[in-house]
Amino acid sequence: MMRLSWFNVTSLTLGFAFLYLPMLILIIYSFNESKLVTVWAGFSTKWYGELLQNEAFLEAAWVTLKVAVLSSTFATVLGTMAAYVLVRGGRFMGRTLFSGMIYAPLVMPEVITGLSLLLLFIGIGLDRGVLTIVLAHTTFSMCFVSVVVSSRLLTFDRSLEEAALDLGCSSFEAFRLVTLPIIAPAVISGWLLAFTLSLDDLVIASFTAGPAATTLPIKIFSAVRLGVSPEINALSTIMIGIVTVGVITASIASKRNVLRQQNEERAAAQS
Amino acid sequence: MQRFILIAVPYAWLLALFLVPFVIVFKISLSDIALAIPPYTPTLKDGFAAFVAGLDFENFAFLASDDLYWKAYLSSLQIAILSTFMTLCVGYPIAYAMARAPEEWRPTLMMLVILPFWTSFLIRVYAWIGILSSEGFLNQFLLWTGIINDPLTILNTNAAVYIGIVYTYLPFMILPIYAALDRLDGSLIEAAEDLGCSRLQAFWLVTIPLSRNGIIAGCFLVFIPALGEFVIPSLLGGSETLMIGKVLWEEFFNNRDWPVASAVAVILLLILIVPIVLFQRNQQRQAEEET
Repeated sequence: MMRLSWFNVTSLTLGFAFLYLPMLILIIYSFNESKLVTVWAGFSTKWYGELLQNEAFLEAAWVTLKVAVLSSTFATVLGTMAAYVLVRGGRFMGRTLFSGMIYAPLVMPEVITGLSLLLLFIGIGLDRGVLTIVLAHTTFSMCFVSVVVSSRLLTFDRSLEEAALDLGCSSFEAFRLVTLPIIAPAVISGWLLAFTLSLDDLVIASFTAGPAATTLPIKIFSAVRLGVSPEINALSTIMIGIVTVGVITASIASKRNVLRQQNEERAAAQS
Repeated sequence: MQRFILIAVPYAWLLALFLVPFVIVFKISLSDIALAIPPYTPTLKDGFAAFVAGLDFENFAFLASDDLYWKAYLSSLQIAILSTFMTLCVGYPIAYAMARAPEEWRPTLMMLVILPFWTSFLIRVYAWIGILSSEGFLNQFLLWTGIINDPLTILNTNAAVYIGIVYTYLPFMILPIYAALDRLDGSLIEAAEDLGCSRLQAFWLVTIPLSRNGIIAGCFLVFIPALGEFVIPSLLGGSETLMIGKVLWEEFFNNRDWPVASAVAVILLLILIVPIVLFQRNQQRQAEEET
């Protein structure tokens, strides 16, 4: 086994300190008694209490959650379809344009995507609100879903699908009974990615949200512009906590899955 | 029939909500500002002939003549290039150490790099406000150690923007480089050392070239979004920070000049086409090399 040199240990330590110290400070100071965020004045959870009474934040959180659930679900359906078309669809007219439209939003600056969608919504006279944010988020996150799902589709054994078709499945049945269960982990992680992207998005939501619907990032952004506040620290801590629990649970679940699969394969090989 | 629906639905969605909006942006960039709803002229309501006659390249001429925009594009490019280089310098040693770490640590290290990526971007940028401000933690610490006597002004300068970009985009740099280094065959480095290379020479002549694809992918993944960045310059940058994403935002929301904002977007897109195409080529070549 390789031993870590002092150089590697130092770069790992400094690197992870750089990645995690800012968030750690934020979390610690969310429990600060004082309104002055940089002066420690004793432990308190009062900012969490104030947060729970802040109607505007709760309202925005609810809108954000609605948008994220709806858009990530639509994006997963559309993105999986798009991935299937890209990997299994064969040739069709405008395939190059299609794959271009899948990859371009991944690297498009958010200000451009946001501006262009807003101009579209105004052009067709659609009132800005929850619906327009959902449409916007679905559009850019379906591309992320399709990239995740197509990388899984590329690696799996196509003969399994063909066997199902030979045994009398319709192509839809083959997809539902064979393909979907196999690519399910990728579809789920695609959904999670789309969900996180939607929760996180400030720029596109700012362009496409109307006065009727404000999302949490928009709310946080306008509060943060005025400076650091302990309430935002508390809110950030809650969000960091949820993500951490989510990521750790997901990674443990996938590790178990891999172990179980290995065991099953071993058992099958022995019998 | 099923195949047709499967292709048509996502295709139509992307056409309507991705391609058509760009055509609209392009069209409005050729229009003139007007005191109306929507705030530009001409619109299709004026009749098609009058509509076409009313389009011109005036906004682009305006962008070319006003040096605010030139400076904004140039300084965005400068900030994006420099911060990409800085991210590479910070990220490469981390990726290298991860690839050299004992096998059983690697999944945990990977997760530690990915975790910030799932955490809200806005919150990670926000965390630096409290650190970099004049009464912030960094100044408190430096004053306490006696390195400085007066607090440094870092927040609301370009330095804070660089720190913010390096911090938020670091995982994008680490992951592709780690992937490249992880595949690297360790016996090649041993061979180089056996043949008389010093460790540094072996690193420079073997490790760096073999992780080239990872370096290129990482640099594009940082450079492309950093160029159009809005959140970081507006929260950490100051009045002297000129970045095109911020200019576009202000043109649209504060000045309400939609035609000029659209023209700014069209030019930004033209600048980005080159790196985006290069990035996709690199990804394709990498995919081909693997198979």
